[in-house]
Amino acid sequence: MAELQFREAIRAAMTEEMERDEDIFLIGEEVAEYDGAYKVSEGMLDQFGPKRVVDTPISENGFTGLGIGAAMNGLRPIVEMMTWNFSFVAFDQILNNAAKIRYMSGGQFSFPIVFRGPNGAAGQLGATHNTSVESFYAHIPGLKVVSPSTPNDSKGLLKASIRDNDPVLFLESERMYGLKGEVSDEEDYVLPLGQAHVVREGDAVTLVANGKDYYIALEVADRLAEDGHQAEVIDPRTIRPLDFDTIIASIKKTNRCVIIDESNPFASLSSEIAFQIQERAFDYLDAPVRRITAKDVPAPYAKNLMDYYMPQADDAYQACRDVMYL
Amino acid sequence: MASNSKETSPTATEEPQASESHEGFTKPQNEDARPDPLDLPDALEFEQTFKVYRGGTIKHDELGFDTDTLLRIYRNMLLQRRFEERSLQMYRKQNISGFLHLYIGQEAVSTGAMQSIDVGEDTVITAYRDHGMGLAMGMDPNACMAELFGKKDGCSKGKGGSMHFFSKEKRMFGGHGIVGQHIPVGTGIAFAHKYRGDGKVCLTFFGDGAVGQGAMHEAANLAGLYDLPIVFVIENNEYAMGTAVHRAFADPDLCKQAVPYGMPASIVDGMDVFSVTKAMRDHVAMARQNQPSFVEVRTYRYQGHSVSDPANYRTKGELDQKKGEDAIIRLKSYLVQHDLSTNEALDDIDDEVKQQVLDAIDFAENSPLPDLEAIYEDVYTQDDYPFLA
Amino acid sequence: MAIPVDMPKLSDTMEEGVLVAWLADEGEQVSAGDVIAQVETDKATMDLEVFDDGVLLKKLVEEGDAVDIGALIAVLGDEGEDISSVLEEFGAGEGAANGEAEAAEAEATEAPDEAPATAERAPSGDGAAQQAPVPAGDEAPAADDGRIKASPLARRMASQNELDMATIDGSGPQGRIIKRDIEQALEAKEAAPAEEAPAAEEAPAAEEAAPAAEETEAKAPAYQRPGDVVSVDDEDLYEAVPLSQMRKTIARRLAESKFTAPHFYLTIDIDMEGTIAFRKQLNDLTKAQERPKVSFNDIITKACATALRKHPDVNSAYLEKEGEIRYYNQVHVGVAVAIDEGLVTPVIRHADRKGLSQIAAETREMAGRARERKLQPAEMEGATFTTSNLGMFGIEEFTAIINPPSACILAIGAIRDEPVVKNGEVVPGKRMKVTLSCDHRVVDGAVGSAFLNTLQQHLEEPMNLLL
Ligand SMILES: Cc1ncc(C[n+]2csc(CCOP(=O)(O)OP(=O)(O)O)c2C)c(N)n1
Ligand SMILES: [Mg+2]
Repeated sequence: MAELQFREAIRAAMTEEMERDEDIFLIGEEVAEYDGAYKVSEGMLDQFGPKRVVDTPISENGFTGLGIGAAMNGLRPIVEMMTWNFSFVAFDQILNNAAKIRYMSGGQFSFPIVFRGPNGAAGQLGATHNTSVESFYAHIPGLKVVSPSTPNDSKGLLKASIRDNDPVLFLESERMYGLKGEVSDEEDYVLPLGQAHVVREGDAVTLVANGKDYYIALEVADRLAEDGHQAEVIDPRTIRPLDFDTIIASIKKTNRCVIIDESNPFASLSSEIAFQIQERAFDYLDAPVRRITAKDVPAPYAKNLMDYYMPQADDAYQACRDVMYL
Repeated sequence: MASNSKETSPTATEEPQASESHEGFTKPQNEDARPDPLDLPDALEFEQTFKVYRGGTIKHDELGFDTDTLLRIYRNMLLQRRFEERSLQMYRKQNISGFLHLYIGQEAVSTGAMQSIDVGEDTVITAYRDHGMGLAMGMDPNACMAELFGKKDGCSKGKGGSMHFFSKEKRMFGGHGIVGQHIPVGTGIAFAHKYRGDGKVCLTFFGDGAVGQGAMHEAANLAGLYDLPIVFVIENNEYAMGTAVHRAFADPDLCKQAVPYGMPASIVDGMDVFSVTKAMRDHVAMARQNQPSFVEVRTYRYQGHSVSDPANYRTKGELDQKKGEDAIIRLKSYLVQHDLSTNEALDDIDDEVKQQVLDAIDFAENSPLPDLEAIYEDVYTQDDYPFLA
Repeated sequence: MAIPVDMPKLSDTMEEGVLVAWLADEGEQVSAGDVIAQVETDKATMDLEVFDDGVLLKKLVEEGDAVDIGALIAVLGDEGEDISSVLEEFGAGEGAANGEAEAAEAEATEAPDEAPATAERAPSGDGAAQQAPVPAGDEAPAADDGRIKASPLARRMASQNELDMATIDGSGPQGRIIKRDIEQALEAKEAAPAEEAPAAEEAPAAEEAAPAAEETEAKAPAYQRPGDVVSVDDEDLYEAVPLSQMRKTIARRLAESKFTAPHFYLTIDIDMEGTIAFRKQLNDLTKAQERPKVSFNDIITKACATALRKHPDVNSAYLEKEGEIRYYNQVHVGVAVAIDEGLVTPVIRHADRKGLSQIAAETREMAGRARERKLQPAEMEGATFTTSNLGMFGIEEFTAIINPPSACILAIGAIRDEPVVKNGEVVPGKRMKVTLSCDHRVVDGAVGSAFLNTLQQHLEEPMNLLL
């Protein structure tokens, strides 16, 4: 086990895969000469040269489409979004081309492409720079959406994503890039997509959270433990495919669930999880499913408003106590 | 800062005249008037000349600037500079958060441009590097600083932050955070001017980097097609983050982007407020006649892209050389050399401006944080949607 | 004056910086804009510029040290100047920065950009511990529609164990029967003496937590039987209950109101026949449209709000400290709701502009949440007028204490059957007394009376409310 930062684990995954397969290349804004806007691709230009680590103008629509075309024609692109906030100028490429052409062509073309970059809120950046995109993209049939919470998972999941023959959107976080954690140094460490991780076992309540919220869930579980209740914490790791079996099995044990989800609430990941729970585990529920999300407004700038906007550990803790009828 | 563009703009006093005979925006379907596309010429030749406004070639009296106006311009450029220097300090003291993109070095662009329009009547829209533009348009430095601090009295009530300054009163249609996406919006603002026939024009500013966005090209085509009263101003400061213009564009002469859309374009030295003023007045005059156009202003930012960028992609020598052409120093020496003011008097102005900025900091510090309820204000919310608490 | 130089925030995600190299020496003259050191942030190595002129008097950190944002790095000033005050201000003695930086790594609670993993932890049980578990039997399990509320799990457990849900008290919100209640019922069943069970049946084993119990018919009685002897000696003289926060607040506010606002009272007797007919018509409609029923109280809320628009003097507050009387431009009517712990007053904002069915829906919804103690403080603030209704308890007439800072409160009594004279004949009538308590510092007798007259008109001719 080596201790790596989140960004280093992602880099390690890309580097290992690129060493393995010549068809893989990295393209995006500032990925090469600048070493990555968030230093994720630091040193990769030196290692792989300008043919395989390609800087672009600020043309997301263009280079996203370019990546899709290259994938159709046999390459395996990794397209970096400087942040996912900027992916919306390329939304049509992802929605109509990446997600649908395999289907529309009757399976003649496949799309071994990864779009990756930091997602969600990163502090007081104002409304345009604080969108959590997982619900937007998870809504689209044909796309896989991965959202790792730890450096170790990010390495294993990114390697799996790169090897996948469907388009995968890989969601990272500016706030987590510096986070350190033990990362497996197994020769070829690949974590399959679609397997949730039961991070902590418990019988009092099920907490589902990914990305930054995963750390809120752990904190809440700690607090509940101090009160004498063992929460079960589930990190879905991939949002699509979503590992419902693991979540449902847990609900059958705890009979209650709190979801922490950084997206805006309406028609979101948390809505979907709650729906699936009521459909598949209705008779096991002892309390309504609760969720803690961002507020239903654009993200504000002012510190106090932004703090209030984001999911809070206190609220999640209280929601757990509420569903436990404490 | 009202300008005297009216004298130099030939049509501003008259009713704006549509440059085409038809009334609508899209040209009418008229098969007869259309040349036969299959009637091929022997060769297709094309030539377009781009006017260049060099620095140091234009005198103040050619622009009709009297001493008072010159001092006002000087003061305003200094205000932008001092305001941002202090902002940087306040960021480092954690009074300001998020991104902070400084305009230092580019002040002649905002200031010169404002000498070409009727501020408060004509309209302006720009990208996220917007503090200088706001101050050049006469936005209150107190409200601007309070916005950076995320306070209730900020120009956007503390909700927008550095990248999202707005002032409806000054007709400042905003700083915008997603590269290039405000350019179509600027086009729409101009569309409304023409639609209403109010004779106003819209200045749409954006960085060199934004030229890479499809939105810019779509907007330019629309403006060219509909003959809109707009000036597209490319603030070419040589870099988009760490990417130099020649590394991002197949043709680094960005003014040529006007060509496919049938527009005139010019290149301007952005380190001289006089050449910017002159160029912008010429282009605003075109806009008033519903002739859209491009201006590529060559300028330079002294700081990194944002406060967290060490700007290692350029050499110290390059930066020092650009600082040697500083627009504020250039104006200062012009004023002294032409006996329009003295070093002492200009330093006094600097002291006053510095104090004004300190006052703005005081104001921002003392302004309260927004009320928590404000999070639900200024946006549609569904009263019975249970996420309000 | 000595000027501190502290670790600046150099990137949007930086929490601490490592001082990689000093570029100036102690004793060196520096000026604003000079780079005195290089700092490595989470993103890059950045220049550390100073914002002032002066001599670099002291460096407080060594190259290689990690320093928290805001911690002291160096001091500038005039040659030979005393810097102890700056050091004190930052609590930095010699070498303090080092220790600070290390401690900061473990703590990192202040940096706004902190990684989520280190988010500050509230003391355990804070807040929530004060909130007593939901009292059992808060409300009867049978809601007004006669439907028993139970969680899906509780329902399944009950049916698997052949428990009659009607016999179980729900301890969840609104009397919802939850897993815990079923478990208790099953335990009670098990604990009941076996001989009392005439015919023990085998219950299907519950899949979940519910233990496969021997089914027993009798339950341990939850009440005292007549024959049971109560030992008087054992009884305490009283039961001490600590003052709740709510009790304290109610006590303080009401005492304050009663002692500072000189109250006087105006009572008027209103003919309610018009309102009764009006309500019936309305509720035929709301029923058809499946909208919430409109109560008398809702109509009175609306009538007050409309009357307040006409009598702004009553929609006011006397603010001694501010030295002013405020005439509110909005009409926000507080509606007193009794809950177990005391009394709360949810506020119907802009009641004058809202329709009756909206008022009805809001009042119901807020009263429900009030009982669950789920109202946000903001929802109970800002009333410009208040009503208190004890009619449902059969109280005919009473006076209420003003809810400060409003100027008035309306005490609403029951609707009585009373013989009235109409067209010279004595006929059965419907009457209701309301009493307005007025703060005499703002509202005089005539003003209060005029308001009551308007209110009376509105209730006697409720069509007025629709205009
Ligand atoms: C669509 C989009 N992509 C990427 C970004 C991130 N970003 C912000 S500013 C910037 C550089 C823009 O450069 P330029 O347009 O030249 O303006 P300048 O910073 O020089 O003023 C980038 C890439 C963004 N905000 N929006
Ligand atoms: Mg640029």
